[in-house]
Amino acid sequence: MVPATWPCPLPGGGQAREYALIFDHGRETRLLIVPALFDEGNRLRRLTVDVMRRLDGAGIDCVLPDLPGCNESLQPLEFQDTADWLDAMVAAARHFGATHALGIRGGCLFTPGHLPGWHYAPVKGSAILRQMLRARVLSAREAGREEDRDSLDALAHEDGIVLAGYPLGRDFYMQFATMAPQADATVIAQDDIGGSGLWLRAEPGENPKQADALAATLAIGLNA
Amino acid sequence: MSDTVTDQLLRGILASVLGLAPDRVAGFDAQTGLFGHLPELDSMAVAGLLTELEDRLDIVIDDDEIDGEMLETYGGLLAFAIRKREGTASTGA
Repeated sequence: MVPATWPCPLPGGGQAREYALIFDHGRETRLLIVPALFDEGNRLRRLTVDVMRRLDGAGIDCVLPDLPGCNESLQPLEFQDTADWLDAMVAAARHFGATHALGIRGGCLFTPGHLPGWHYAPVKGSAILRQMLRARVLSAREAGREEDRDSLDALAHEDGIVLAGYPLGRDFYMQFATMAPQADATVIAQDDIGGSGLWLRAEPGENPKQADALAATLAIGLNA
Repeated sequence: MSDTVTDQLLRGILASVLGLAPDRVAGFDAQTGLFGHLPELDSMAVAGLLTELEDRLDIVIDDDEIDGEMLETYGGLLAFAIRKREGTASTGA
C-alpha cells in the first residue's frame, strides 16, 4: 500500500493534486473505493483499508481517493459542491484505470455511474444531515444554547453551516439533502456482513471478521 | 411487543454504538449512567444512538423530547423507548 496523488479537476478550471491510498500492481481488476463521509469516514477508515489489504491478497488492485476538502485534501470543504465530488471520483477512476467501484455509506452517493459495482450500507444524504444536525443541537444544548433543527436547516439554506466540525456550503447542503444512491449498484447490507456497522461506533474501531466478509463478497463478485 | 423485547433491542443498540461486549451491556441496570458517565457517548455518538433507536424501534424522536433525564441512565432511556413504542402502537402508525 502506498500513497499516490491524482489530478483532481477544480470547479473554476485547472486541477489540484489529491491523495489516494493505492494497492497497484497493474492488475486487470481495479476497484475504486469512494470512502464514507465526514465522521463516518473516520470510523470506517480502518475497515476500508483492511478490506483493501485482503483484496490485494486476492489479486485485486484498489484505490481509495480523498474527496476534495476531506482527509488530506487541501481544498476548502466549504467551497465544494456535490457535482465537484462526482467529477472528482470520475477523474480518479479515469486516472487509476478503475474497472469497478465500491461506495461505502455516504460514499455510495458519489460512485461513478459508468463503473459496475457495489454499495456497502448505502445511505441517503438527508439521513446523514439529519444525524449531523442532531449532534449539533445536542452539543449546543450541552453548552447551554438552544438550537433546533428547523432553524439550523433554514440557516444552512441561507449561509451554509458547520456540522460536527465540517463546514458545508449552502449549495452543497441543498444538493446533498436530495441525494439518494443510484439503484444500479449491487447493495451489500450490514446483515450480509454480520455484526453491527462500525459507523455506529462512538469511536473508530476495527473488526477483522467484518473485513473478511466484505472482502470475500467483493472478491467473489470481482472474479466472477 | 413487550417491555422485555424493547429492553433487549436497546441493549443490542447500546452494544453496537459503544462497541461493548454483550455481556457487559447485559450488566447495565436502571441506575447505570450513560450520557455524562460514559466517555464514548459524546454528542455525535448520542445522535447516532438516537438515529439507530428510531430505525430499529420504528419510532420518531423529536429534538425537544431529548432531555438530560432520558439520557442520564439506562433506566431513563429504557422508559423513554418503551413509552415511544407504546405511543407508536396506540396510534396505529
